[in-house]
Amino acid sequence: MRRVVVTGLGLVTPVGIGKEAFWNSLLNGKSGIAKISKYDMTDYPVQIGAEVKGFEPANFIEAKDIPKTDLFAQYSLAASQLAIEDGAFEIDKVNRDRVGTLISTGIGGLQTIETNILTMHNKGHRRVSPYFIPMMIGNMASAMVAIRYGLRGPSSNIVTACATSNYAIGEAAEMIKRDDADVMLSGGVEASLIPLGIIGFANMRALSTRNDDPERASRPFDKDRDGFVMGEGGVVLILEELEHAKKRGANIYCEVLSVGYSTDAYHITAPDPDGWGAKTCMEIALRKAGLKTTDVDYINAHGTSTPLNDRIETKAIAEVFGDHTPNILVNSTKSMVGHLLGAAGAVEAAAVALSIKNDIVHPSINFFESEPDFKITIAKQATKKYLKYAISNSFGFGGHNCCVTFGRLNG
Amino acid sequence: MNDTEILEQMKSIVSAKLGVEASKVSMDSRFMEDLGADSLGLVDITMELEEKFGVSIPDEDLPKITTVGSAVNYVKSKMS
Repeated sequence: MRRVVVTGLGLVTPVGIGKEAFWNSLLNGKSGIAKISKYDMTDYPVQIGAEVKGFEPANFIEAKDIPKTDLFAQYSLAASQLAIEDGAFEIDKVNRDRVGTLISTGIGGLQTIETNILTMHNKGHRRVSPYFIPMMIGNMASAMVAIRYGLRGPSSNIVTACATSNYAIGEAAEMIKRDDADVMLSGGVEASLIPLGIIGFANMRALSTRNDDPERASRPFDKDRDGFVMGEGGVVLILEELEHAKKRGANIYCEVLSVGYSTDAYHITAPDPDGWGAKTCMEIALRKAGLKTTDVDYINAHGTSTPLNDRIETKAIAEVFGDHTPNILVNSTKSMVGHLLGAAGAVEAAAVALSIKNDIVHPSINFFESEPDFKITIAKQATKKYLKYAISNSFGFGGHNCCVTFGRLNG
Repeated sequence: MNDTEILEQMKSIVSAKLGVEASKVSMDSRFMEDLGADSLGLVDITMELEEKFGVSIPDEDLPKITTVGSAVNYVKSKMS
């Protein structure tokens, strides 16, 4: 059977651009959440978010192409470039036909849609940009990367809301296993942290309104959590067939063992209170990886900091892992980076890969007090732990559930 | 606006849209072959001409605009 490993990480995140900056922030418990700086949010009920700071598109994209590239696609090009550099992966005319892209976005070019709607309204339909459609469609996160590097393997976009990039990484690994490609650039991007996007989630009452205390607003599993904090960014992983990686002497972070999917089939936004879907995707992923529940050392939770998600995820974890539950360290990367929506699964996969490589579980910040019936062990500090197996959960609006399992190579 | 003024504005539009140095743009430059425009880029440039020069360019006239010089002459004829 073909095996899949992670050999490169490219990160454009609210806590840093590039692997080192990202990982240092996570280990130090540094929040990327603050008052929104790009827009005046004075009259909005939500004024905080996790913005990417210091992103210079000119470092990644030709000047003439920047105005024709929505920010989500800019993040995709940037994260891909960083991943290829980190993985020291050389693309040539021979290998490129076996390299694919599955870099997904949950929303696509929201800013581009807004701009063109306003143009049509204010100046008439003749002024709508010829680039409107190609800038806005979400599949460009993969397509523009494929075009830049001449990658002619499979390319696609999976849209499953907040489970988008967990699905993408899981499915990209499956593509390599079934011999569709030897290497996949896979991950997620999101750039909808604009007033229209923020108010959309705010009016659902999904977001934290802790405007006066942004760094403590995202508090997964804490008793006083009041919603998630929107983030933005792009994260791309190089997934590679094991022998292909060994042959070129690649730096291997960890193995991607399996993916488990399930669907709540319950409600457009609310999770099924029974937690069947969350529980089942974990069980399927463990079974496909050939793991016992007692094998799992670490769970990177979906942990959004909404009242409902964290309650149901906690219950599902306890039901899957039973007596072993307290032995597993749980954290939520969202406590620091916010909720990157379509990029959430990817930023969390990168965190897991770095955790396994370094044998450290990063802290889950702002966990001050548990609810009485929560029976999971939250990593409140950066914790040294020999990690053999880890899982990462993502659950999306619409009831899309996805769990990806990771392992130490030959662990 | 005289020919030179139109050409100068045209150069700055082409330079911004296509990423070509303004000094490399001449009356003879062909948008697609010499300046690297694709079909979307050409539409984008004609929309910018409409905006900047306050002219209207119907689709049936697009085939007439192939070089920078033809665009200058077209805009001039529409403005007069």
